[in-house]
Amino acid sequence: MAGVEETRKPVLEVVQAEGADEGCVTFVLHEEDHTLGNSLRYMVMKNPDVEFCGYSITHPSESKINFRVQTRGNLPAVEPFRKGLNDLTEVCQFVLDTFEARVKEFKDQEAAMD
Amino acid sequence: MSASMSNVEEIRNRVILGEFGVKNVHTTDFPGNYPGYDDTWNQKKFEKASYTKFLLLINIIQMDENSMEFDMVGIDAAIANAFRRILLAEVPTMAVEKVFVYNNTSIIQDEILAHRLGLVPIKADPRLFEYRNAGDEEGTEIDTIQLQIKVKCTRNPRASKDSSDPNELYNNHTVYSRDMKWVPIGNQADVFGEAGIGPVHGDILLAQLRPGQELDIVMHCVKGIGKDHAKFSPVATASYRLLPDITLLRPVKGEMAERLKRCFSPGVIELENVGGTPVAKVVNSRLDTCSREVLRHEDLKNVVKLGRVRDHFIFSVESTGILPPDILVSEAIKILMAKCRKFLNELDSVEMD
Repeated sequence: MAGVEETRKPVLEVVQAEGADEGCVTFVLHEEDHTLGNSLRYMVMKNPDVEFCGYSITHPSESKINFRVQTRGNLPAVEPFRKGLNDLTEVCQFVLDTFEARVKEFKDQEAAMD
Repeated sequence: MSASMSNVEEIRNRVILGEFGVKNVHTTDFPGNYPGYDDTWNQKKFEKASYTKFLLLINIIQMDENSMEFDMVGIDAAIANAFRRILLAEVPTMAVEKVFVYNNTSIIQDEILAHRLGLVPIKADPRLFEYRNAGDEEGTEIDTIQLQIKVKCTRNPRASKDSSDPNELYNNHTVYSRDMKWVPIGNQADVFGEAGIGPVHGDILLAQLRPGQELDIVMHCVKGIGKDHAKFSPVATASYRLLPDITLLRPVKGEMAERLKRCFSPGVIELENVGGTPVAKVVNSRLDTCSREVLRHEDLKNVVKLGRVRDHFIFSVESTGILPPDILVSEAIKILMAKCRKFLNELDSVEMD
């Protein structure tokens, strides 16, 4: 099932085997590599409802990753995927705020010492 | 410190540097792996536990508009590595992309010269520019910077008869990056007026000329990312290392302590005088380069436990001068957030269909 209309290239495709329930889904993320793949895998694995999460780069010449999520119970796999993305965004926001606060502190300290 | 942690704590928190290999490399603290630990992702716990702090080491490196060293503690390797990869390859900058050679009678071939021009860092804030649309050959004022080099080498008539110094004999015989002059397009003169746009360093040697040779070149700079070509990478390099963790399992005295001290980088182990004999003490494990020299000595290798703290990252970011390093790190974090948001929007648009 492609994710978007044909006029532009899809960046996210969802692949599901016939007969499998909604809990086992492979997402194909285009134009991505280990940068997002590994960090997203870590955030999704931290979810106790997830039974399996992994990603692979199908071929190094193609920039796309297969990201597989399998959930425990009857939870649709899109849920932990979405939660992982949200959690990763929250982490980045917090790191950004803390970093900028520390930079400001350091610069004020430097200015005060001169 | 000769206290040792319980095994489980060690597997969770430390990477062990053994004699023949490195153990406990992968993160294992996922929910369900350790009974009795709740490893579910909890933003509140993360916010309390982690903190980033700067080291005063920044002061020792004198060029601190260009480099920075900072610690990030409490984050996982996957995310720290994502930041590092983005700093190297996905933070955009402006660099020379198209070189129009109107006249090049120098000995440097056109393509070699064009390659060198592309690698010169251009001091223009990439956040004020857009990416060029695919297929657009001309370029507009919002996505292109135009630079020009026009240099002709002539003989100096006032040089003395028997001098052999090219600086005296010829005028304009070297072409430096300061000869790249900015040609404002459209409203760029108003926007960037006083400071202007040009190369970060003016003393990069681009070509050498002799009398009669000249260069007449127009360059277009566009916005790009390091993934496309390394000339767009905004960092000289960005790297991190984990904080080393050295534990002495037994007290080490006397001559053994002296030898132990020499096995590590200077400043890591100090000798304390206790009752007349020197006793080794780990003073500052941060300075160690983890050469594992101590494991080469039969009598010393069982006295020390070497490892690294799994979630303490010492980042070192060195900028090429286009943007200050703290701005680069902020931009890298924003780029990772934008990636996540892109996929969240995709998911939402799929659900709507």
